[in-house]
Amino acid sequence: MSELSTKHLLGIKHITKDDINLIFETADKFKEVINRPIKKVPSLRDVTVANLFFENSTRTRISFELAEKRLSADTVNFSASSSSVKKGETLLDTVNNILSMKVDMIVIRHPAPGAPLYLSRHIDANIINAGDGTHEHPTQALLDAFSIREKYENLEGRKICIFGDIQHSRVALSNILCLTKLGAEVTVCGPPTLIPKYIGSLGVRVEYDVKKALNWCDVANVLRIQLERQDIKYIPSIREYTNYFGINKALLDSLDKEVLIMHPGPINRGVELSSDVADSDHSIILNQVENGVAIRMAILYLLASKNKVSSI
Amino acid sequence: MENGRVILSGKRFLLTIDRLCHQIIENHGAFSNSCIIGVQPRGVRFADRIHKRLIEITGSDKIDFGVLDVTFYRDDFRRRDTPLSAQKTEINFLVEDRNVLLIDDVLYSGRTIRAALDALQHYGRPQKVELVTLVDRRFNRHLPIQADYLGISVDAVDEALVKVEWKEYEEVDRILFFPKSKSSQ
Repeated sequence: MSELSTKHLLGIKHITKDDINLIFETADKFKEVINRPIKKVPSLRDVTVANLFFENSTRTRISFELAEKRLSADTVNFSASSSSVKKGETLLDTVNNILSMKVDMIVIRHPAPGAPLYLSRHIDANIINAGDGTHEHPTQALLDAFSIREKYENLEGRKICIFGDIQHSRVALSNILCLTKLGAEVTVCGPPTLIPKYIGSLGVRVEYDVKKALNWCDVANVLRIQLERQDIKYIPSIREYTNYFGINKALLDSLDKEVLIMHPGPINRGVELSSDVADSDHSIILNQVENGVAIRMAILYLLASKNKVSSI
Repeated sequence: MENGRVILSGKRFLLTIDRLCHQIIENHGAFSNSCIIGVQPRGVRFADRIHKRLIEITGSDKIDFGVLDVTFYRDDFRRRDTPLSAQKTEINFLVEDRNVLLIDDVLYSGRTIRAALDALQHYGRPQKVELVTLVDRRFNRHLPIQADYLGISVDAVDEALVKVEWKEYEEVDRILFFPKSKSSQ
């Protein structure tokens, strides 16, 4: 099999285990490409990609843009803050206007869950979800799983714990779906107010004690507290959260095993992770960022190949 | 696919490989500034055999050897029915100012070699690139590309398929010719 089963990447929910493995195998090749003296291949030279960011982003946006440029695609960037969205244009109108300028692929980040799915029902271009509200962030989950696979080869039976604000995190949902599809065991750990009530139905365990969770897992994926998505107080204070759920060196040293530390960024240093942990040898945070470009190149390449030139 | 005709095998096959090696040695001597690069996927098998035989003949202990995948450089991306999957590229040296022997088993349209020349540029600017092929389908070329070292020539129509099999993979060294195959390579 050398083709994705879908035309869009809307979420991990919509792709199969075979798709995920194909993306990983292709990303392996692109990782070699981005470590060459000349990091560019001409595959997408006749493809134009629009990056539509209706929400702030540093890593994902730069990562997508680099991935597109290293595949020789033409790119246009758009951010909601400096656009006609402010004048009252609807999402579909904005996108249709951009598409009439002959754009082949859309990378979209939007605060509304389901925005990429909605677009996919109305337009022809390939759509890549770069994060939709509190719903999914598939490329992040793929690069996280890819980074774990780099360390452990096989994810089957691997124990992974996701710490933090599970309720508001699209990274958590995509990670849970991706890791369980690959056969890993997943636990979530955080304050009870920030863990969705029926999360067990996704096939994950829930743990409220950080030390117990760390003792169980091989990999700790630590998430940020998303204060910007919280309209009510879910935790008494940041300081209390750090005391009960923050991961620091003393805590890791008290375990009788080594745990791989991951974080999708941006890190709030001293809140969910202490600086000495974030910068330690156990942390693969910067590997994740590097792998992000390779994973996004693989996704762009595989989705572009679904669009035959003759059918355009 | 059953009615394949053997056009080269056995002793003659080995003689052809040996002849190619000697021709290469004639021009590259001790391989001090030369390197071998096999084109993925099937060119690598041929390159591997040439590499081993060159080491045996010259007694040299080290001839730089790399494998190059050209999938991302092909000009038929988004034009094929099923996309090609990429293979590994492994070139642990720079080709800057070196003499490169590019090796592929069958030279057909010339498009793979065009892509390979493109891909090769990303590892430096070679002094010289030469092409070694085992089979030249000389009437099927789409681009002005010719082999510098050549095993045998085959005159065939576009519908035909030429396939090289290797002892290491298919248990026998031989070149097969299929007069009518819809997917010619």
